[in-house]
Amino acid sequence: MQLSALSGGFGNAAQQSATAFRAIMNVMARPGMIETLDGAVPPKGLSTAAGSLLLTLCDPETKLHLAGDLDSQPIRDWLTFHTGAPFVPAPLADFALGAWDDLLPLTQYAIGTDQYPDRAATLIVELPALTQSGTTLTGPGIKDQAQLSLPALEPFQSNAALFPLGCDFFFTSGDKIAALPRSTKPETPPCM
Amino acid sequence: MSDYNFAYLDEQTKRMIRRAILKGLAIPGYQVPFASREMPMPYGWGTGGVQVTAACLTPDDTLKVIDQGADDTTNAVSIRRFFEKTAAVGVTQATTQASVIQTRHRIPEEPLNEDQILVYQVPIPEPLRFLEPRETETRKMHALEEYGLIHVKLFEDISQHGQIATAYAYPVKVEGRYVMDPSPIPRFDNPKMEMAAIQLFGAGREQRIYAIPPYTQVVSLDFDDYPFEASKAEGACALCAADHTYLDEVIVDDDGGRMFVCSDTDYCESRRQAGHVGAQGTPMGKDAA
Repeated sequence: MQLSALSGGFGNAAQQSATAFRAIMNVMARPGMIETLDGAVPPKGLSTAAGSLLLTLCDPETKLHLAGDLDSQPIRDWLTFHTGAPFVPAPLADFALGAWDDLLPLTQYAIGTDQYPDRAATLIVELPALTQSGTTLTGPGIKDQAQLSLPALEPFQSNAALFPLGCDFFFTSGDKIAALPRSTKPETPPCM
Repeated sequence: MSDYNFAYLDEQTKRMIRRAILKGLAIPGYQVPFASREMPMPYGWGTGGVQVTAACLTPDDTLKVIDQGADDTTNAVSIRRFFEKTAAVGVTQATTQASVIQTRHRIPEEPLNEDQILVYQVPIPEPLRFLEPRETETRKMHALEEYGLIHVKLFEDISQHGQIATAYAYPVKVEGRYVMDPSPIPRFDNPKMEMAAIQLFGAGREQRIYAIPPYTQVVSLDFDDYPFEASKAEGACALCAADHTYLDEVIVDDDGGRMFVCSDTDYCESRRQAGHVGAQGTPMGKDAA
């Protein structure tokens, strides 16, 4: 383990994670909304927002899956030191972290059960950019409609069709975060 | 302040509650199980709401706590003091100035905005519990969307009383899927649940958290020929003359004398300050209160 794995956590965990959670809750309650999420200084390759999200929500009780390039030793060391979350294969994960292509296929993740739909995976998708444009979103938390630059359309529509089962998504890019719960219905804009 | 972790709970507990809140928001109306902690107050005094509030308070928040609409009752005062002491947050009695509002059994009269969070204290989160006591069965009923029983209950109301007599904890269907207990708010408040603010529900003893994101469809259950009605006591507030607010009946003497006043004390006071005077009220500033 490199010494660098020991730094970059929350300096004041109680207050910083509280502030971070407010941003996380706001984006989950209002799909399409983009908030700033910072506080953590994660190792290279992991965005500030994704790092802060993991520090806020993960601990030894949450099973974490790292996909693709993000499954690196420096990131594993950093997350182990700061959260203690065990690393698991995709089908067992509570949280999965990766670039969009590395996380696919979505069918490998837990979608919950009829009686416990909450026992579903939360995917954290690292994106190169995050803007309020592209796919049109409707559903709970959205007044009329919202727009978000989703990396794909069909997988999210299939996921939404599983409601009340399905995965929930966070999208992170730099220090920006947005979310797409399973209750949101993504559509292509009618005219482009 | 330094003797407590921020907002009392330890960080691992808050993470667990936060994860439950997020799943609750993703599945509106579904009751997420959580590992409720013992709080320094008895079950039944809002331990669920307190844990949810503790998990989502930030140091910049301004907290308002109401009990049946009133800011100055025991439960509200003690919870407000609890968070003043353990989280050092600002507190207020004004609905418009609060960023987080914890409530027992009322929704404030003043419409909430997008920057506010409403946290409900819930005694029995399961709307089917008094019809089916077994958790294993009610869980199956929710999974199968089998809600016939609750309609039978409302129908029995009509056959016995000639109308739907359920006046509080009136069941709602959220986003066309889960039937949910709105906590024992009067049914007068049910239509307000389609609001701009985030609504979080915490049941401490029953260990459940659920949520309604902003602008989510919340429909009170009813029948075509007996539509839902948001009822209240007839008349106007005796202090501020409001005829559009939920009224509490107050017994004023031993001879059956009574008056009706707004249950939302902050709303009533701001109306009186704006010059509204009810039948038994005096203009603000002229009485001791």
